[in-house]
Parts: sequence; structure tokens; C-alpha cells
Amino acid sequence: MEKPLTQHIVPGRSPLSLKEYEKVGGYQSVRKVLKEMTPAEVQTLVKNSNLRGRGGAGFNTGLKWSFVPMGDNVPRPKYLVANADEMEPGTFKDRLLLEGNPHQLIEGMIVASYAIQADISYVFLRFAYKLAAQEITKAINEAYEAGYLGKNILGSGYSLEMHLHTGVGRYMCGEETALLNALEGKRANPRAKPPFPQVSGLYGKPTIVNNVETLCCLPHIVNNGAEWFKGLSRNKSEDAGTKLYGVSGKVNKPGCWELPMGVTVRELLEEYAGGMKNDYKFRGALPGGASTDFLVEEHLDVKMDYNSVAAVGSRMGTGTMIVLDDQTCPVGFVQNLQHFFAQESCGFCTPCREGLPWVEKVLSSIDSGTGKQADMNILDFHTKYLGPGNTFCALAPGAMEPLQSALKYFREDFERHIHEQRCPWRS
Amino acid sequence: MVTIFIDNVPYEVKPGKNLLEACLTLGMNLPYFCWHPAMGSVGACRQCAVKVFKDEADTKGKLTMSCMEPVRDGMRLSINEADAVEFRGHIIEWLMTNHPHDCAVCDEGGSCHLQDMTVMTGHNYRRYEYQKRTYRNQYLGPFLNHEMNRCIQCYRCVRYYKDYAGGHDLDVFAAHNHIYFGRSEDGVLESEFSGNLAEVCPTGVFTDKTLKQHYTRKWDLTMAPSVCQHCSVGCNITAGERYGTLRNILNRYNGEVNGYFLCDRGRFGYEFVNNPGRVRKALVRSQLPEAVNPVTAIQEAVAILRTGRVIGIGSPRASLESNYALRTLVGEENFHHGVADNDHDLADLALKILRDGPARTFSLKEVETADAVFILGEDLTNTAPMLALAVRQSVRQQPLQQVAAAKIPLWQDAAARELIQDQKGPLFIATFTDTKLDEVATATYHASPDTIARLGFAVAHYLSDNAPEMNDLTEDEQVLAQRIAMALRSAKKPMVISGCSSGSEAILKAAANVATALFEQNPATGISLTVPECNSMGLAMIGGHKLESAFEAVQNGYADTVIILENDLYRHACKTKVEEFLNTAKQVIVLDHTHHATTEKAAILLPAGAFSEADGTLVNHEGRAQRFYQVYPTPEDIQESWRWLTDLGTVMAHPQMINWHNIDDIKQAIAQELAQFKGIEGITPSANFRVAGQKIARESHRFSGRTAMFANQSVHEPKPPEDPDSPLSYTMEGFHGEAPAPVNPFFWYPGWNSAQSVNKYQEEVGGHLHHGDPGLRLIEPPKESIKHYFTVIPEHFQPIRNHLYMLPLYHIFGSEEQSTQAPAIAQRVPEPYVALSRADALELDKQEGQVLTFSIEGIVYQLQVRIDDNLTKGTAGLPKGLRGVPFAEMPAWAILNKEEPSWKNQPQIIS
Repeated sequence: MEKPLTQHIVPGRSPLSLKEYEKVGGYQSVRKVLKEMTPAEVQTLVKNSNLRGRGGAGFNTGLKWSFVPMGDNVPRPKYLVANADEMEPGTFKDRLLLEGNPHQLIEGMIVASYAIQADISYVFLRFAYKLAAQEITKAINEAYEAGYLGKNILGSGYSLEMHLHTGVGRYMCGEETALLNALEGKRANPRAKPPFPQVSGLYGKPTIVNNVETLCCLPHIVNNGAEWFKGLSRNKSEDAGTKLYGVSGKVNKPGCWELPMGVTVRELLEEYAGGMKNDYKFRGALPGGASTDFLVEEHLDVKMDYNSVAAVGSRMGTGTMIVLDDQTCPVGFVQNLQHFFAQESCGFCTPCREGLPWVEKVLSSIDSGTGKQADMNILDFHTKYLGPGNTFCALAPGAMEPLQSALKYFREDFERHIHEQRCPWRS
Repeated sequence: MVTIFIDNVPYEVKPGKNLLEACLTLGMNLPYFCWHPAMGSVGACRQCAVKVFKDEADTKGKLTMSCMEPVRDGMRLSINEADAVEFRGHIIEWLMTNHPHDCAVCDEGGSCHLQDMTVMTGHNYRRYEYQKRTYRNQYLGPFLNHEMNRCIQCYRCVRYYKDYAGGHDLDVFAAHNHIYFGRSEDGVLESEFSGNLAEVCPTGVFTDKTLKQHYTRKWDLTMAPSVCQHCSVGCNITAGERYGTLRNILNRYNGEVNGYFLCDRGRFGYEFVNNPGRVRKALVRSQLPEAVNPVTAIQEAVAILRTGRVIGIGSPRASLESNYALRTLVGEENFHHGVADNDHDLADLALKILRDGPARTFSLKEVETADAVFILGEDLTNTAPMLALAVRQSVRQQPLQQVAAAKIPLWQDAAARELIQDQKGPLFIATFTDTKLDEVATATYHASPDTIARLGFAVAHYLSDNAPEMNDLTEDEQVLAQRIAMALRSAKKPMVISGCSSGSEAILKAAANVATALFEQNPATGISLTVPECNSMGLAMIGGHKLESAFEAVQNGYADTVIILENDLYRHACKTKVEEFLNTAKQVIVLDHTHHATTEKAAILLPAGAFSEADGTLVNHEGRAQRFYQVYPTPEDIQESWRWLTDLGTVMAHPQMINWHNIDDIKQAIAQELAQFKGIEGITPSANFRVAGQKIARESHRFSGRTAMFANQSVHEPKPPEDPDSPLSYTMEGFHGEAPAPVNPFFWYPGWNSAQSVNKYQEEVGGHLHHGDPGLRLIEPPKESIKHYFTVIPEHFQPIRNHLYMLPLYHIFGSEEQSTQAPAIAQRVPEPYVALSRADALELDKQEGQVLTFSIEGIVYQLQVRIDDNLTKGTAGLPKGLRGVPFAEMPAWAILNKEEPSWKNQPQIIS
């Protein structure tokens, strides 16, 4: 089984230095694209590889790039930003790549930058990833010294600057337009689309924001080709490549693994996470981080790829699963998530700013045994009206996903709280 | 036009707009908060949601924020669809979770957009039962209250204050449902346009602090359309009164002039009307008691006038009618302007430049859309503040072209600002020292008046060979002049702004040359010239002799009796001359509304109505004649100056004045006698105008206390006072629908109690008022005008030893006479000072705060030094009109007095 992204990552060992990375084939893709390929060819290659954005939205990466204005008479500088602001609760996949092999990310960023002819690139890193910050800084310096960054890279005439930016710890910055505002030194409020960042992004210039994992796929696609990448997935998945999957919760071996796209939920849970811990039973799971709908028992054989998970009413998101067991109160579980989302709302649009705290308070009230039947109506109308398009960005709709599916699958637990005026999970 | 279907009914709408604008323009009631016609859309509040359907077959549709969605031909949407209605109700429900529901004690109550929108959505039952979040409020200075608990987080305040008005000290802090709109710490809001927050805020977070001192609900105000009296721009205002005191000033939308905004001097300067120093009774100084009834006063005055050789002195702050009445009474040959001779000449020159053209004078709205601006000699923020706000919009015009090119609608405000970042369009400013607009300028040039003029002449020559050539330019001047010329030449709608505040004829002429040279290539070129006071332009257009000649007339015995109209001569000529004049004249009759040094010298003092107690017409700096209406019946014996003068004329059986019965008669007479005022009789409906046989009510139909207000004095209901001068009634009786714009007393529409009701009065939201914006432009250059150039170019400025070339500096709060008598404004007036360049301060061994003694025309000044890094060496700055700074005609050479021995040199300020 091929694990291109994590092949050089060994837990407990420092990441490869530039020299070591080059020895195992590192930066070959940079040489290849600079010397043998036009930017358009790189874009086509990636489009054909069917690489989809690993940040959660799953948009075709090559297609995303194709909206960037190309040619001589376009606004400059153009930017590429690596979204390394991994703050989705339950998600720790980018961290593995950032801490484990920063050169792979830099290599991917150079390829992506070349493809869109970016002049400047940024790594926007979650503030809490202190170790990653050190490793990336070191790697960027090495790459500059080796001539992979800076003016006239490898004599190709192409130049690229790269900077590391560490955020201040707002979940909102994971949203690409809010990230751009933050990078500009403004409030991390999202922006309206259109205009899309590809046209008017950082400082109003054409910009591509790609997730870390997405970028890390690029060197391998360039080195091995689109067909190879498509062939990596299994179970006849429509998606290509491998994916970093994670599992957390009351399982025997919580962790993060690179697996072929299309692995099933059951395989993940039982084969890799080692099944539920003794005395714990599986009740459900958020398949791709806190902002995705619950999957339950009946979905265990669903393939973990974008279309399959979407087909059963959830989202693959980041592909990192949070498992709900039978000894954890689903109301408290969801309340905890809503507390996070309410706190991380930027405060720009009304439904999110005012709706999420209300939801959180209602859930706290139900959880602590003071809920009323009418509270269910309040939760229901929020799940209906905090949907996509009604709020300014995807934060509140994301927050509603675990709530609406909890209300669907665990409604009797909510009702019990209200009828018994207590949390049945507490003695 | 394109067709859209709203709830299955087809409508023709303008392309390029968003759905909200389209719906509002069609007169529909669609609630909104964060969108503002002057500021565009950001999509924050989500209040204006509608359902948009893909096509006729689509029954599900998608909730869409109408402010963020461009109009497309054939588009189908629904305002009344159940989900859309419910969602809009929920938005209010969400906003209300933390709102304090303190309408009963909130200053906004009754004219609150949040109240209106709440009622419009139908939300009425509270389900949120948790604790509300609360905030600490801030002290923001004398103009505004701050009550953050009421905030609904629409972001309008910061968008207006920072993005639109260029302020720096109001921001949004914190996050999620704890965001806070305020300053980083308590303190006076720095922007000169902060008062607009009271109208921009859809609820009671920012409210008028001066109104709070004498609070009245909107529905209890007696209101009339008025025109601001505090500079030459002539912003349209609505003035409100109750119990005989003026309570507040609100913006009165005029699509060609002030739009939605006012400056703080205009909004808060009104309280001079309520000043205890008002003249309320006619005074005859030879009698005891001095206060007499009006009949006695008129008899006394007539007796004087009959025997005396009379001259009249008009006023740049009195109405056209009052000035004309004085001119008629004393005769054209005896009518003098009560302004400094230099101001007189400059206003005449400005008028000549605007009349001769070829460039036409821009309205304020046109200034906003100019795409290259060159300012010569004007500190606009302090001399014509709203013009400065317009210039702040103009610098966005060229960058905004990229937005259009990127196919981003201009109303998509956040996206437009993101794309253009801090790019600013050509704006060049040449002034004596730094000005607030410098921060948005492409380049600034700080120099003496003649050097500024030389730059202008040089620019004109680079633009056209017909403009006179200059040979002795420095290299820097050449580079800058070429750069300015290039920027102006490549603009689509360039303009030149100058004015009289610099005191320099050369600057005005240079500005005229630039405009003419530009016009040769681009007929879209505009010009804008400020004049000192609210009716300086009107006075210049009437014509008259200089003040100096009035002094001479009394001096040489030609005249012995003087009538002074609404004027403190001490502000227009040096003290010794005025004293001599007033002491020499045998009889001095003064008409004014407030006591000042000149009224002290009056043998007869007649109480004139301030703007809220008077009808009249003002001509603004662009030559726009605008009518202001009396707001409430005059207390005591106060009446308009023109009425006093007409009374005098009538008693004296003046052949013309005897036929004047109301303001319409005077306007007729003006239009008939003076061709330059042709048409002013028609700028407003006449006093006989009626709607369905009714007068238009100055009070809303909800006005309370109509019969009870004065029940403590008499339980008998008095007969409502009559208004012979206008079609407005003084009570709530009368027509309450939409009155013609020039005579519309207030904006109100069923369901729209706040200032936002103006939507219902506009042809399209943010556009012209129905049937055109009020006012008549009296100055249009002839179509085939001769391209005339001024040819005398001044020499470079040369300092003189032991002298300083004293230049006038202006303060929005302090330089204008009337507003400084308003307590709130008075708090913002700076202490007197003299500004020295750093080089001169060093040479004179003066530090900041030390006293400098100098004299101008024999008047000795002792003022604290302020060091100014931008003044040219050899020049200095003296604040014009500031309390404690006696009049000097400037620019002028000040003689540096020899140092007094230190024991005598007490730091004291002359007053």
C-alpha cells in the first residue's frame, strides 16, 4: 500500500533535512515543472489527477487554479497561501505533515505557485503549532539557501518568495477569505464571494489558498502522473489519491493514518483504530471534524470519500472522525461543540453571532435539566435557518451539521433530558 | 431597463443595482440594516433576505440577501414567500436577544429604524430567556451619547466613520456576540463628521447629546425645512423646535448638495439660537427702560432715518431678502457690504470666475464624482467641511474604475475596498500648512500664498500654452506642476477647488487659470470656490460698496446714520476703525439676533429672527439659491430683519416697500430688479400654495400637547399662529403626505419613522428627490465663453527681517461666529495661538507655549506659540475669527515687537 505523503514521516524522529529529503527524491517535482512543464501543463495535470481540496470542501484543485488570471497583463503580485490553520475540533492531520515533513509542503507550494505563476507565498499556520513553526522556518531557510526559493529558481527565470505567518488562534482563519483578511492585518471576518480570491484575494490580488494536505499531494502527482494518483484509491472510489484519516474518541488506538481514498468507516474504525474500547459501544461519528453530520451504525460501510459521505447526508470534511460512544451524553457532546462554534463566530453576520450563543444556551439548559419542550423548536429553527447562504460564511452552517443530525438520530435523548429534567448520563 | 418578477408581478428596474435597491426604489417595504445607500452593501445583517427562484418552474427557491444580489433580467424573486418572511422575523428575533428593549427611555424611540424594521417583520414575541450581554459605554465628547447595549452590530458606524469619512478613532473590537463599537479608550471623537453617526446608527447607540439636554421625540417636534448657516456650502437641514427652543438639527437629504450627511458644525452649531445672549426686545438706548415695544422702536428709528443721511451695511450671514430690503431702504448707492474689503474683492472675483467660466461650478454631488482634484489654498475641512467629505469620496473614483473593470458592482462595498486597497485617486493640495485632507492626497505642497499661486499658474501653463508662461520656476516646482498637470489632463472629470479663505487674489486667479486651461481640453472640467459665509455669494451677487467706503462716508460727513444688518463689524475690520466709525456716526441702528460688540454701540437695536425664526433665501458657494423656513412662531418681538426693514419702509411710505406684505413680494421684487436672481421667486411654492386646500403641517399627526402645552398659562386654547410667508402651518393641522421637496418639513412615511424614510421621497434610493432636488443654480457660465486668462503672476515669497507674513488659519470649531455660541461647539474651540514655523521659532528663541508679541496694523497681539512644522519660514499663522484673536485683514505683515523686559512679559492672552 502506497503512502506517498507520509512515507518519510517517522513518529518521534525529526523531519528530514533538505539534504536528506533531496536524497529520497525531494524537490524533483520542482525541477521537473520548472524545466519541463509550462504552468498550463501543471494545471492540466493536476486537474486530470482529480485531486480534490483536502481542507474539507473537496473542490477540484486544478479547476480552482484555472480561475487565476494568467499571462502578462494580469494584476501582480499573485499569491499562493498554504492554509495550515488547522483548528477544526478533532482534526490533527495537517499537523502530522507540518511537523513530519515540512519540505514536502514547501515543494508542493512551489509547484502550485509555479502553476499559477504566483510571486509570493505564505504558510498561514495555526498559532498553537509551535513545533511546526520551528520546522517550517528551518525548512524555508534551507530551501532559500538551496535556491528552491527566491529569485530565478534553479536558473528557470521563475521567482518565488515564501513567508511563514503564525495566526493568533481563531477558527475563523481556516475559512480562506477570513484567512486572507487576517493575513492583511484586518479582522478575520470572511468576505463575500464573488469576487473569489482567485480574482481578488490577498491585498485584492489573484490568490490561491490550498490546504496543507492538498499541497503535499502535488510533488507526487508531478513525479508519478495523474493516472498513478487516480489509481491510489480503493473500493472503486470516485476520488483519487490517498487521504490522511484520523479517529478520536473511545477507540482502542486513536490516531492518524494515510490510507487510500475510499476506505470504509468500518475499516477505519475496526482495522486501524482497533475498534471501540471495552465496555464502550459505538453510537455515531462525525466523519470529518466537528462541522459534519453524524454517521451512525447503518453507515459503517460507507466509503470515506467526498461523494459517498455526501450521499448519506454528511460531509467527508477533513476526514478525521470523532466517535460518539454510548457512555457519553449526545446533548453534552453537541453542547460542547456549539460552545466552540459560538465562541469562534467572528460576529459579522446576525444569524451566526446571535444564533449560536442561543443554541449553546438552550443546549446547556437541556443538558443541565432545565430544558423545555419549546426548546426543541428553537433548536429546530436554528438548524433550518442557519443553513448555507443564509449566513455570511460556512461557520454557522457547519455548526448546525452535528446538531441537526444529533436531533435526527438522538432525538429521544434530547427528549429524555427534557422529560426527566436531568441528564440521564449523570448519576 | 430590465424586467424582474417580484411575487410574480413584472417590474422594470435599472440594471446594475442590487435587488434591495430595486425593491426600495419600487416603493416596497423590505427591511434592512447594514446596507446604506451612500455606503453600499456588505451583507452583514441578513435582514433583507428574499427568495430567489431559478426560473418559473422553481418553486423551492433559495433565500438570498437582496442587498448582495445584482439585478438580472428575467429574475424571479419573492418578498412574501413564507420562508423569507419567517427568516426576516428570526433576524429581528436574534437581534433582539440582547437588545435592552428600553425604547421608552431611548432617545431614538419614535424615529428608530430598528423599531420600524421590527414592526415591519412582524416579530413580537420573545423566546430568548437567558441573560443579556451588557457593555460599558464611553465618553465620546460633547456631541454624541454612547449606549452600546442597544447595538445590533450592523457595522454601519465603523463603515461610515472609517471608510466613508476617513476617521481613525472608532473601531470594532472583540468578537462573536461580544463585539464592541467604540474608541480604544474614552475620548472625544476626532472626526469633524461624527454627528452623522446619530443618523447612520439604526438604533440608539449613537444619539445626539445636544438633543438630550432638551430632549423631545421626533413626533413632538415642530419642524421646517432649513438651510445650514455655518458655512458657504448650504447643506439642507431640518430644524426641530418645542416650547420655543430649537431642539435639534437633522440632515435634510438633497441629492445635489449634502446627500445623507452634515458636518458637526452644521449639526451642533444650532444652539446659538437658544443662547441667553439673544436680543429679544427692541432697545432704544436713549430711553429708560431701554426695552420698548416694537411700535415705539419703529417710530424712533423712522424719526432718525427721516432726518439722517443714511447708509446701510449688509451682511454675508443675513438672507438675500434682508440684504435686499436694506439696500432698497437706503438706496443702492448707500448700500455697503459688511465684510472686510479683501473678502469683498475676493467674493467679487470668485463670482466673476464662476460667471465667466468656462468651467462650471460643481455641486457637492459632482465633487464626489470628480476623478482628479487640485486644491489651492483651502483647508476645506475647516472652511467648507462637507466639501472636504466630498473630496474624500472623489479620491476613490479612479481606483473604482478597476472595480468596474473586474465586474464587481460598485455597491459591493467590501469587495470594492478590498480590490482597490489604499489606492487613492489624484488629489493635489497646496496650502499654507498641513490640512486633514493631506492624508488622502497624492501630493501636498505647503507654501506662502504667492508661491501656491505660482504653482497654480505653472500647472495652467503645462495644461495649455494659452495660459501665461513662467520662466523662473524652481526645479521642484516644475516637477510637481508637471505631475499635477498630467494627472488632471488624464482625468475624465477633473476639478479645481479654491476659495477666499486664503485671502489671496493670486491664488483664486491661479485656480481660475487651471480650470480654464483644463477646460480647453476637457469640457467636463469643474471648479468649486468657497466663500466665507452662508450668504457671501448672495451678497456679492446683489452688489454693493465696500465697508471701507462706509467708514469714509461717515468720516467725511456724507452720512451720519448707519443701519447695520446682522453683523458684528469687529469681525470684519480692525477694532480702531470700527470704533472710530461707530463713534463718529450720529445714529447707529443695528438689527441682529445676538448681542455682540457692535450691538453694544447701537442707539436702536431691533431683535432679528435667527434662521429658525425667519424665512429667507441663501445663495451657496456654487450659486445655488435655497430657501429656509421659519420653524416656529417668533418669541416676543423678534421678527425677520427684512420684516423690520419693511416695517420701517412702510412707515416711511417707501414707494416699493409699501407693497411688500410677505416674503414672496420681496422675492418678486428681487427677481424683477436684479436679473441675476431671475427665477428665485419660483424655487419654492408660494405662500398661497395648498395641497387639497390645506397647508402643510410642520408637526406630525402624532404631535402631543397641542392644547395642553401652555395650559399652565391659560386653559383657553389659543388660536394657532398664522404664517403669512409659507404654505406651512404651525400645528399638526394640515396636509401630512409628501409635500413638494423644497417645502417638505420632515421625512416620514407610514412604517418609516426614522431618517431612513427618505427612501420614500426619492426617485431612486440614493438619487434625486421626487421632482428634483430643491434649490436653483443661479450661476451657469455662457455656452460660448471666452477663454480668459489672468496674466499677472506673483513673485516668489521673500521673508522680511523682523516681520512675519501672517496667514489666516481656520478652525471648524471656532472660526465661525454663530456656532461658537453653541455650548457643545464651544467645548471644542481651541485656545488662541500663533503658529510659527520651526525655523522662525528657533530664530526667535520661542518654544511651544511661550508668548509671542507682534502687531498688525497697529493692533498688538500677545499669543501663545504653536510650532508648526509645515509653515514656510517667514510666514506664520493666525487663527481667523477665533475668540481672543482680534480681527486682522490677512495675509498681512506682522511686525515683531521688541521683547519686553522679562518681568513685564507675563504670559497673558489678549481678549
